[in-house]
Amino acid sequence: MIEVVERSRCISCDICIQVCPTRVFDRGADGIPVIARPDSCQTCFQCEAYCPTDALFVAPLVAAVPGDSRFRDIDELTTTGLLGGYRRELGWGHGRALGARTAIGPEFPD
Amino acid sequence: MSDIDRNYASLSADVLVVGGGPAGTWAAIKAAQAGADVVLVDKGRCGSSGATASVGTGIWYVEDQPELREAAMASREALGGHLADRDWMARVLDETYARMDELARVQRYPFPVGADGRQIRDDLQGPEYMRRQRTCVQRLGVRILDHTPALELLADADGVVCGARVLDRPTGQVLSITAGAVVLAAGGCAFQSKTLGCDVNTGDGALLAVEAGAELSGMEFSSAYAIAPLGTSLTKTAYYSWATFYRADGSVLEGAGSTRGRSVIARTLLTERVYARLDRATPDVQRAMRKGQPNFFLVFDRLGIDPFTDMFQITLLAEGTVRGTGGVRITGDDCSTSVPGLYAAGDTATRELICGGFTGGGSHNAAWAASSGSWAGHAAAVFASRASRRGRGPDQLRPVGSAGIRPAGAPTHGYREVVAEVQRAVLPYDHNYVRHADKLTPALEALHQTWSAVRDGLTGAGEDLFRAREAAAMTAHGRWMFHAALQRTETRGMHKRLDYPRHDPAQQFRLLTGGLEEIWTRPQASSPAFAVTAGTAGTAGQAA
Repeated sequence: MIEVVERSRCISCDICIQVCPTRVFDRGADGIPVIARPDSCQTCFQCEAYCPTDALFVAPLVAAVPGDSRFRDIDELTTTGLLGGYRRELGWGHGRALGARTAIGPEFPD
Repeated sequence: MSDIDRNYASLSADVLVVGGGPAGTWAAIKAAQAGADVVLVDKGRCGSSGATASVGTGIWYVEDQPELREAAMASREALGGHLADRDWMARVLDETYARMDELARVQRYPFPVGADGRQIRDDLQGPEYMRRQRTCVQRLGVRILDHTPALELLADADGVVCGARVLDRPTGQVLSITAGAVVLAAGGCAFQSKTLGCDVNTGDGALLAVEAGAELSGMEFSSAYAIAPLGTSLTKTAYYSWATFYRADGSVLEGAGSTRGRSVIARTLLTERVYARLDRATPDVQRAMRKGQPNFFLVFDRLGIDPFTDMFQITLLAEGTVRGTGGVRITGDDCSTSVPGLYAAGDTATRELICGGFTGGGSHNAAWAASSGSWAGHAAAVFASRASRRGRGPDQLRPVGSAGIRPAGAPTHGYREVVAEVQRAVLPYDHNYVRHADKLTPALEALHQTWSAVRDGLTGAGEDLFRAREAAAMTAHGRWMFHAALQRTETRGMHKRLDYPRHDPAQQFRLLTGGLEEIWTRPQASSPAFAVTAGTAGTAGQAA
């Protein structure tokens, strides 16, 4: 479930508001997106994939985490590299090689 | 008067495509290439919504060599209970081959390159695939309306489908779109079980189609469940081919497996916890897995679990007709339905034609989406050009929707209550995965009662209007599934009956289902699979 919208990284591009299939976000009065409908979040990670500044973090759990969870700790998420991890794998963002280009999975056992 | 019948704005097009996943985008591309003016509506957002956008998927792409194609088709016939059709399989293999070539050349999808220097085209990363599909659709001049669910279809006096009423979610305004033909590519139904990306897949396409007079086929093949780490949406089951499954005490769960042994997991989960560990993957395989499906590891990395060395608790999440093969009955090679002007594609349509009664999985469903979407889009453009209905005002068209938008009485139910009732009836493993009349019959009765409440008293305003419609679609879907499941008194394909554990050669036919108030199910009179495979029916397809 979406847990973090990091104000200091957000550039108010509105992309997450558009991209979210379930309309979780509204635009706040100051331009920063607000998690207006968290119950609608389906934990699909699309907002994070499309955020150009890695300002969003989707926790891997479908239920909300407590306020003191490490999934809401922006410093720890940054230090551990979890923040922006999906975009790195997809190769989305300037100067990155597209992940699809090298996505050769294993041969499946019979 | 319900919200839906108040004043509305209107627009018109040659072809209206409902749904912006792979099937809908291919439909829009092919309709636009055929010269049609196309509008595409998506309840979420075309490019990031639905079962494909947030996953990686194999695709049933087979080199154009007769022996390879033959092997690809033969490998699935027994699994599917001999209900698939060779002609359709061959056409889908041809079409998928051509569409993946187009995807590489036009959309410039960055397929990986193998050691032989050739592109490897049998696997797709969902986010990359779908963002390129969106761009392609836009470049062809298609008008995309995001966050705009279709609420109901419009038909003329002859019953020809001529458009739809849709809801602009941000404003709550209802729009009327008139069109010469409509393609339904709205996905299957996963009952909001939290399977990855599928909360939007609520069976809307099947409800829209049946209200307009269409039939369904294969609704009993709707018992798909996917493995996920407990508490997550990560329903990517393929990598569990390398898993061992365990009980809480660390002993191996005998007979459990990701494919044939999944029902063992389901039965065990009814009474105890089940754990998994991908401990059969070699270091080389582990590296390839990370490359192949990065979002599989995204979740484990965030949880701090090493799936190769740590045991983690798992669950099974329902995938209904997203991974099942039931859906709108296709009546022509061009993905037409029994209703003129209405075409069905992707998971909205039955996939029995290529999969029979066994899950389309990612691979077959992805091939079907590209193929059926392309055929439906082209055919819709041709239909629209022959019988131009542009300029016909929405006032001359009849809206055909009912449940969730035009209640017969005073509102009594909210959509959340309805969804909870449907989930209680449909999701339990002992109702839907391993089936028995003792559980199916009362669950179906409960769904009928929910339907009565929906019909009489469910609606909403603004965003809640479309939520009510989703709830109605899920209720109808559950009823069609369980009605058909009771009718097929045998075990075939994914449909497992504990009370009829054997395969019955006399039931080697497809089952058609339909109706809203009174549900009916009957064998299809001319199941083409029957004549081809009748001689081997007694020896193959023991799928239990």
